[in-house]
Amino acid sequence: MSKQLIVSSSPHAHSGTTTSKIMWTVFFSLVPAAAYAIYLFGLPAATVLLSTIVFCIVFEGLTNYAMKKPVSLKDGSAALTGLILALTLPPGLPVWICGIGAFVAIVVAKSVFGGLGQNPFNPAMTGRVFLLIAFPAPLTRWLVPSGTGDTLFGKNVSAFDAAGNLVDAGSGNVDAITAATPLGLLGEEGAKAVSGLDTSSAFLIGNINGSLGETAAFILLAGGIFLLIRKIISWHIPVSFMAAVAVIAGLTNLANPEQYAGALFHLLSGGVIIGAWFMATDYVTSPMYNKGKLIFGSGCGILTMVIRLWAGYPEGVSFAVLLMNACVPIINTYTKPKKFGLQQLGESKEAANA
Amino acid sequence: MRVQTFKGGIHPNYNKSRSEKAAIECVAAPKEIIIPLSQHIGAPAKACVEKGDMVQKGQVIGEAGGFVSAPVHSSVSGQVTAVEPRPGALGVDVLCVVIANNEQNEMAPLKGLENWKTADKETLKNMISEAGIVGMGGATFPTHVKLSPPAAKPIDTVILNGAECEPYLTADHRVMVEYAEDVVEGLQIIRKILGAQNGYIGIEVNKPDAIAAMETACKGTDIKVARLEIKYPQGGEKQLIEALLKKEVPSGGLPMDVGVVVQNVGTAKAVYDAVTKGIPLFERVVTVTGSAVPKPGNFMISIGTPVSVVLAHCGVDLDTAGKLILGGPMMGFAQYSAAPPVTKGTSGILVFDAKDVTLVPPVACIRCGRCLHACPMRLVPAEIAAFSECRMYDKAEEFDAMDCMECGSCAHECPSQIPLVQKIRLAKQEIMAARRKKG
Repeated sequence: MSKQLIVSSSPHAHSGTTTSKIMWTVFFSLVPAAAYAIYLFGLPAATVLLSTIVFCIVFEGLTNYAMKKPVSLKDGSAALTGLILALTLPPGLPVWICGIGAFVAIVVAKSVFGGLGQNPFNPAMTGRVFLLIAFPAPLTRWLVPSGTGDTLFGKNVSAFDAAGNLVDAGSGNVDAITAATPLGLLGEEGAKAVSGLDTSSAFLIGNINGSLGETAAFILLAGGIFLLIRKIISWHIPVSFMAAVAVIAGLTNLANPEQYAGALFHLLSGGVIIGAWFMATDYVTSPMYNKGKLIFGSGCGILTMVIRLWAGYPEGVSFAVLLMNACVPIINTYTKPKKFGLQQLGESKEAANA
Repeated sequence: MRVQTFKGGIHPNYNKSRSEKAAIECVAAPKEIIIPLSQHIGAPAKACVEKGDMVQKGQVIGEAGGFVSAPVHSSVSGQVTAVEPRPGALGVDVLCVVIANNEQNEMAPLKGLENWKTADKETLKNMISEAGIVGMGGATFPTHVKLSPPAAKPIDTVILNGAECEPYLTADHRVMVEYAEDVVEGLQIIRKILGAQNGYIGIEVNKPDAIAAMETACKGTDIKVARLEIKYPQGGEKQLIEALLKKEVPSGGLPMDVGVVVQNVGTAKAVYDAVTKGIPLFERVVTVTGSAVPKPGNFMISIGTPVSVVLAHCGVDLDTAGKLILGGPMMGFAQYSAAPPVTKGTSGILVFDAKDVTLVPPVACIRCGRCLHACPMRLVPAEIAAFSECRMYDKAEEFDAMDCMECGSCAHECPSQIPLVQKIRLAKQEIMAARRKKG
């Protein structure tokens, strides 16, 4: 008689897709974009990436220990949060600010709610928005890509020394060279400042300044489509998100081309691509049903455009995603389909009453 | 030609190739046969033999214990050595008639109808009832009960279930290939009893030889052979009806509520044998396969043959095996020993190597939604399971736990490997217990 027969409840077969496999697949789908950011910005980008990921893993381990929970590092969710958070930060951000962002993302936005699966708000987005509000100056100091000359998009670049003071670009103690992002220009000076940009090759291949993950739109898009093919995400959220952005941008641009930039510019600048494909699609903080995903995605797109066009911030993806995260429970409630066999039951009841 | 299906469901690895081409092979009945008196849903049969009695093959040894019940017959000739509890397939002991096989194959006098077409419905139904026929797909619901719908629910359609959507299993497949005419004749008998105008045979397209055999056997009849998409649980009654007729069986209702009766193809063959030859249900086709089975195949096995005997025939060394399952991998029952006998509902015996069986501790639900997209009943398995975990059984009921048919699609897909079915099953039991208490 065998001593090792395992008795367990059915089913006895499994698809083989596990949570950690999903997390690491998403992680690796973002690696090319991260590598491109390092190529573009060099060491300042690498520092932000590495420090944010390491901080996230450390905080995850510490909260596991403090809450006496099994160590959950293997599932890859902490590393993924770190990578996504880093991609929303500007290159050259001081390491200690990255650490605070990681703390807010992992401890405040996730662990206090009960860890993976329990958080109502996207942890990386929460971390980024916290930093944006708490440290507005460092969070909006955009390094220019290496190899940029004295001007970017027709504007003079600014040079800073190590202490953060504006200095002459030709002086010996330049620590960082920055410029406004395309969205920043648009916000300040209107569509004329960025006209022609959306067809320039530098813009299309992502040779622009911005957050680590705001530059390489097509590399990010490839990563997102990879996830779609691997059936990690469905098309509903990214497509409705991008469609809402494109429609609003297109209509406003038609109405007033002087003030409003076109659809392609809005889709490829800022965080729309990474937001639509990698942040809004976070399982935990997005709706479960396909109809709900369409509502959620278009809501994210609409809010992004409202913030970009008519609010104080030049970029609104992270705010939009967080605001829509708050709507997820109610979206789930109202998009839940009727269970199998309910329609007929209703009919037969009516028939019985008649 | 059009391939039909239902909404939801999953695509597991089918793993049928090792046994689907293997012709049905007879396995000789062992020296000792153990026949449980309860092999069906409903009241157990009452033993009508005692220790020391001589019995013949096909003789009734247990009489039906009520209307929703079925008699039990001896599968060998020999002497009754005990009527006592023995280990059953559900992990608890069940009352069994133990018979020492004298290997003489003395048949009880059996008589079928020469021309069933002239017989009246009641005669046919009684023959099926007396033959102890139950649903052979695994649910083991007494067939004569399904053939006795109330007058208020006329049946216009009979569907034979040849989907065999459970991975690994090929028993129905072989029955359709090797007994095509018997199956079709069985369907015609069932249609006559129910007065049903329409007859369908639904088969998944991964069994082209079975589809061809059925189409040949159906020539000259009005039976439609329907091609079904390869998807689990395509063979669920409600899913089969949805696929073929685009009708949803009401929640909490039965197929007869939409004028349909579904029978397994193996059951149809048993009906044919009972009516035309008078042979009761004392043997069935069982698929034996899995990574720990060196000689897989499909076998005609006498009811009451211990699983250990079948495994020895197939060269299985249970000492190195990791899991033994009666039924399919999606809805079958894991066993702690090979002592239980093959019963009327045993469609498969699966044995897996220890290395292929891993128990992974579940991790947190990430609300990915795979379970609810897989659920053919459009439930939210993760939520019901979470309520069950918290012992909030009233909330589980509110979230339609009772509509769950335990097909296992959700747990198969769950990336966090949460035992969703196990938790929902617990909630269902608690809900039933609470309902009984309320009266």
